[in-house]
Amino acid sequence: MSELPDGWEMVIGLEVHVELATQTKLFCPCANAFGDEPNTNICPTCLGLPGSLPVPNAQAIDYAMTLGHALGCTVAGSVFARKNYFYPDMPKDYQTTQYEHPTNENGSITLGDGTVIGVERAHIEEDTGKSTHLGGGGRIHDATATLVDYNRAGVPLVEVVSRPEMRSADQARAYVSELRDILLATGVSDARMEEGSMRVDANVSVRPVGSDELRTRCELKNINSMRSLGRAINYEARRHVDLYESGQSPNQQTRHWDEDGGRSTPGRSKEDADDYRYFACPDLPPLVPTDEEMQAIRAGLPVLPAARRQALADATGIEAGQAVLAVERGLDALAIAAVRAGAPGDVVIKHVDQNLSDGAGQLDGPMLAKLVGLEVSGALSATQVKTVLGELVASGGDPADVAASMGFEAMDSSELATLLDQLIADNPDEWQRFTEGDTKVQGFFVGQIMKATQGKADGKIVNQLMKERSSG
Amino acid sequence: MSERITRDEVAHVGQLARLVITDDELTMFTEQLGAVLDTASDLAALDLSGVEPMAQPCALTNVTRPDVIEPSLGRDEVLAMAPAAQDGRFRVPPALGEA
Amino acid sequence: MMNAQLTAIETAARVRSGDMTAVEALAQSQAAVTARDADVRAFLHLTDDRAAEQADRVDAQVAQGQDPGPLAGVPIAIKDNMCTRGAPTTCSSKMLEGWKPPYDATVVSRLEAAGALVVGKTNLDEFAMGSSTENSAFGPTRNPHDLTRVPGGSSGGSAAAVAAGFVPLSLGSDTGGSIRQPAALCGVVGFKPTYGAVSRYGLIAFASSLDQIGPFASTVADAALCFDTIGGHDPRDATSIPSAIPSAAAALGNGVAGKRIGIIDELMGEGIDDDVRARVEQAAAALADAGATVERVSVPATIYGLAAYYLIAPAEASSNLARYDGVRYGQRVDGVNVEEMNAATRTAGFGDEVKRRIMLGTYALSSGYYDAYYGKAQRVRTLIANEFAQAYSSFDLLMSPTSPSTAFELGAKSDPMSLYMCDVCTIPSNLVGHPALSVPFGVGDDGLPVGVQLLAPLLGDDELFAAGQVLEDANPTDATASGSEIRGEVRP
Ligand SMILES: [Zn+2]
Repeated sequence: MSELPDGWEMVIGLEVHVELATQTKLFCPCANAFGDEPNTNICPTCLGLPGSLPVPNAQAIDYAMTLGHALGCTVAGSVFARKNYFYPDMPKDYQTTQYEHPTNENGSITLGDGTVIGVERAHIEEDTGKSTHLGGGGRIHDATATLVDYNRAGVPLVEVVSRPEMRSADQARAYVSELRDILLATGVSDARMEEGSMRVDANVSVRPVGSDELRTRCELKNINSMRSLGRAINYEARRHVDLYESGQSPNQQTRHWDEDGGRSTPGRSKEDADDYRYFACPDLPPLVPTDEEMQAIRAGLPVLPAARRQALADATGIEAGQAVLAVERGLDALAIAAVRAGAPGDVVIKHVDQNLSDGAGQLDGPMLAKLVGLEVSGALSATQVKTVLGELVASGGDPADVAASMGFEAMDSSELATLLDQLIADNPDEWQRFTEGDTKVQGFFVGQIMKATQGKADGKIVNQLMKERSSG
Repeated sequence: MSERITRDEVAHVGQLARLVITDDELTMFTEQLGAVLDTASDLAALDLSGVEPMAQPCALTNVTRPDVIEPSLGRDEVLAMAPAAQDGRFRVPPALGEA
Repeated sequence: MMNAQLTAIETAARVRSGDMTAVEALAQSQAAVTARDADVRAFLHLTDDRAAEQADRVDAQVAQGQDPGPLAGVPIAIKDNMCTRGAPTTCSSKMLEGWKPPYDATVVSRLEAAGALVVGKTNLDEFAMGSSTENSAFGPTRNPHDLTRVPGGSSGGSAAAVAAGFVPLSLGSDTGGSIRQPAALCGVVGFKPTYGAVSRYGLIAFASSLDQIGPFASTVADAALCFDTIGGHDPRDATSIPSAIPSAAAALGNGVAGKRIGIIDELMGEGIDDDVRARVEQAAAALADAGATVERVSVPATIYGLAAYYLIAPAEASSNLARYDGVRYGQRVDGVNVEEMNAATRTAGFGDEVKRRIMLGTYALSSGYYDAYYGKAQRVRTLIANEFAQAYSSFDLLMSPTSPSTAFELGAKSDPMSLYMCDVCTIPSNLVGHPALSVPFGVGDDGLPVGVQLLAPLLGDDELFAAGQVLEDANPTDATASGSEIRGEVRP
C-alpha cells in the first residue's frame, strides 16, 4: 500500500449501501432477488406507474432497526422523505429515503484494533434499477443507448454513513470488514460486495498532519471489492496531495474508480450542487417504534464481533486485537472452551489462527486443550501436534489416542503416577523442600520424568500429580 | 410586476423540473408565478412559532405490510407500454452522468 | 328526457329484483350519452365492452339467484385519473394519451365487485389541476345546464355526466374542491370524504396529502351508497384509515334535530356572490326549521387556506409528476441523450397549467425557499386544523357556500389567480383532511345551480349525509333533474 508523503494524512468517510435480506422490496411485494431475468420482479409500485402507492415492508424496518441497535445507534421515530432528481433507473424520478429523521443516528463501529469509528446515521432507502450502457465499448460517455432493468428498483437498503474518521486505506477496509461481520452476524444482509448487496462509496480528502480542517473531498464510486477500496483510496489521496503540492487543489466531485486502469476518473461535478428538494413523503405515515418492538429487537441481537473479541481476550488473556481472526472464523467459542479446560490462551489462539483456517470440524474445546497439554509438556513435537490436530479436525477423538495411533507415544497419567512415586521415594529431601513450598524443585521432578519418558509425558499432568501428592 | 421571483429563477426551476421554457413563456411564467407568490406572502405575516408542520392530515403511524412475495406483472405487458424496449429492458437515449 | 333517469338505488333495486336487466340499464345510459354527449363532452373514452361484460355477469348472477351486489346494474362514470385495467387512463393529458394501465384502482374494483357497470372515463382538467375542466388536452366539458358555461372542475366530466343524466353515479377526486365545486356548478351532490376513508390506490396523484376520491350523485342517498361501497381500509394505501368508516347510508334519515351548525363567517364575506350567499342563508334557515341550532362562527385561518394550498399542492405535484419522463410509459419525444428526451417529452406532454404548478412547486421546495414557502404552508395546515377543532368544540357541523359563484362562461377566467379563487371555500377541508358535502340548493340570479357546503370533523362523514338530506328535502329548486328544466328560482 502506498503511503502519503510525510506531512500529509488522509481523511476518509465511507457511505456503505447495504441491501437488506428481505423476501420482498421495500414498498411493494415484488421479490427481492439477485440475478433474475430483467424486469421480471416488477409491479405498478416499483415501476412508478401512475396511481401506484408504497406500503413499507415490516421486515425491512425491523432489519434496519436491528442494524441500528447493533451499531449502538439511537434508534428513533423516522420519516420517509422524497429526494427529487431525474434518472431513468429511478422509476418515480424521486428516491424515497430518510432525510431529517433517519431511523438510526449516532452509532459507532469498533475495529479489530480497538479504534472506534463514528457512524453518523444509518437510514432506510430504496435502491434504483440497473442501467446498462450500450455501445462506446462500455464507456458511459460514449454510449449510444441505455437499457434499464427495474428488478432492483425498490429493493430495501440501509445506507450506513460513517463520520470522516478513518486515516488510512487499511482502516477503511477494516471498517468495511467489521460492518460486514456485523451484517452477517445479525442476518440483516448477505453483504456480498461482488453481487452489489454491499456497495461502498468513499469520501476522500487529505490534509497536513496535525490539522483538523476538512478539505475538499471527492466521492469515489464503483468500488466493487475490498482490494478496489484500498487501491482507490490510496490513489485518490495521492492525487489530492499531488495537486496541493503543485499549487492546485481538487474540485469537489464524484469520481469513478477504474479498477483495470488503477485510477479514478471524474464523474458528475457537484459544482451545480443538486437541489434535491427533500420533503416528507405524503404517501407514508411516520414510523414510531414501540417499546415492545425495541425490546424484541434488542433481545434478538446476537453477540457482536467486537464483544466476542473482548470476551475471548478476557478469557484467554490475549489482546482484543489478537482475537480478530478467531472471531472472524467463528472459533472464539472453541478457543474459550479450550482455555477453560486448562490450555494456555496464547497457544490456543496460535492454533486457531495458524492451523484452523478451514474451521474446527470435529475438534472441540476439551480436545484442543488436551492436545495443547501434550504440546506444552513436550510430549508431542510441533509437527506432531499439527498432524494430530488435522486428524482431530477430520475425525475427532482423544488426542492421546490419536497421537498413539500415529505412533506418537504419550504417557497416560497412571504410568506417570508410578514414575512420580518412584522419584519421590528416591529423592526424599527434594520432595520435602517441594512440600514446604520451594517451587524451584518442581522443575527437577518434571525434568526427571521427562527424561525417563523421553519427553512423552504431559508436564501439566505431572504438575497436577505433584500437587495432589503434596497436599494429600 | 412582482419581484417575488426573477426570470433567472424561473429558468432555473424549469431546468430542475426538466421543462424547456421559451423566452415568451419565461415572461409569462415569471409574471404568473410572481402573482401566486404574492398571495403566498400573506403567510409571512402569520406568527407560526410553536405550530408544528402537518405533512399528512391522517395521524397514522407504523403502517406496514408483511414481507410476503406477490406475483410480478408480466414483462411483455409492461414493455408493451414502453416507448422503446430492447432485450427485456426499457431502452432510452444514453444516460450520461451518475445517479 | 332526463326525468326518466332512475337513481342508483332505484336501478339496483330493479336489477336485483329482476324487474330490469343490467343490460337494459346499460343501454339506457348509453342512449343518453349518444343523444347528448357530443354537446356536453363529459366522456373521454367509453368502456362499452367492459360494461357489457359486467352487465352480463350481473344478469347471470340475478338469474342464478346469487347476490349481484348493492350497485347491481348501476351505470357509473369514472374520472379519467383513476386506473382502469386495459382501458385508457389519460388524466386529460397528452402525456398519457394511449396509455392503458395494467391494473385497476381499488375504487374501480370495489364498484365492480358491488355490481356497478363502468361505462366510461370522464374529462378533467389536466392532472386534476383546474376548476373549470377547460385545462383538458382533449377539449373542455360543458355545463349541461348551459352549454356556454363551464361545469367546474377539475372533475367536470363526472359532474356533468350525472347532471346530464348519463349516469346516476360517478367518481371524482377532490384535492382542493374538485368534486364539490363542479357538483355545485352542475347542481348535483358531490362528496369529499375524510382523508384516508377511500383508498387512493390507482388514483393518479396530484397532491398526495390532499387528494381524495368521492362520489357524484343526483341524490344524497345515492352518494351515501356509493361512498359506503368504495370506502374502507385498503392495505395497498398506507394512508388508508384502518378502523371502520361509519356507514353513510345508515345515517340517512337521522335529520339534524338538536344539532349545532355553524356558518363560517370568513367564507360568507367579500368574494362571495350575493345570490350564492343568500342561498346559503336560506339553507341555514331550512336546517333551523328541521331542529338545528344555526349560528355564525369565525374560523379566521381559513382565509390563509388558499395561499397555503397553492404552495402545498404544487410542491407535491412537482414531485408526483416527475415520473412522466418518457422512459416507461406514455408519450416520448426523443432527444440525443436521456436528459434532453425527458425535457422534450415533458415540454410537449404537459399543458401550461401543469407546467405552471410544477414550476411553482419546484420553487417552493427548492433550497433557500423551503422554510419561507412550503414549511410555512405546512404550519398553516396545523393552524387551520386547530381552529377547526376549536369550532367543533361548539358545533357539530359547519357550513358555507361551495363555490363563490354559479357556473361561469367558458374562457371567462383566463388569469390563473382568478380561477384559483374558485376554490377558496373548499380548500380548507382538504388541508385538514376533513369531509365535506356539497348539496344543490336553489339557483342563482342567472338561474344556474348553487351548492351549499356542509363540513364535519374527521370521520364525521355520516353526519354530513343526514344533514345533506335535510337540505335536499328543503331544496327550493329541483335543479338536479335536468339541464333544460330548471324550475323557477326562489328568492328568499
Ligand atoms: Zn414491485
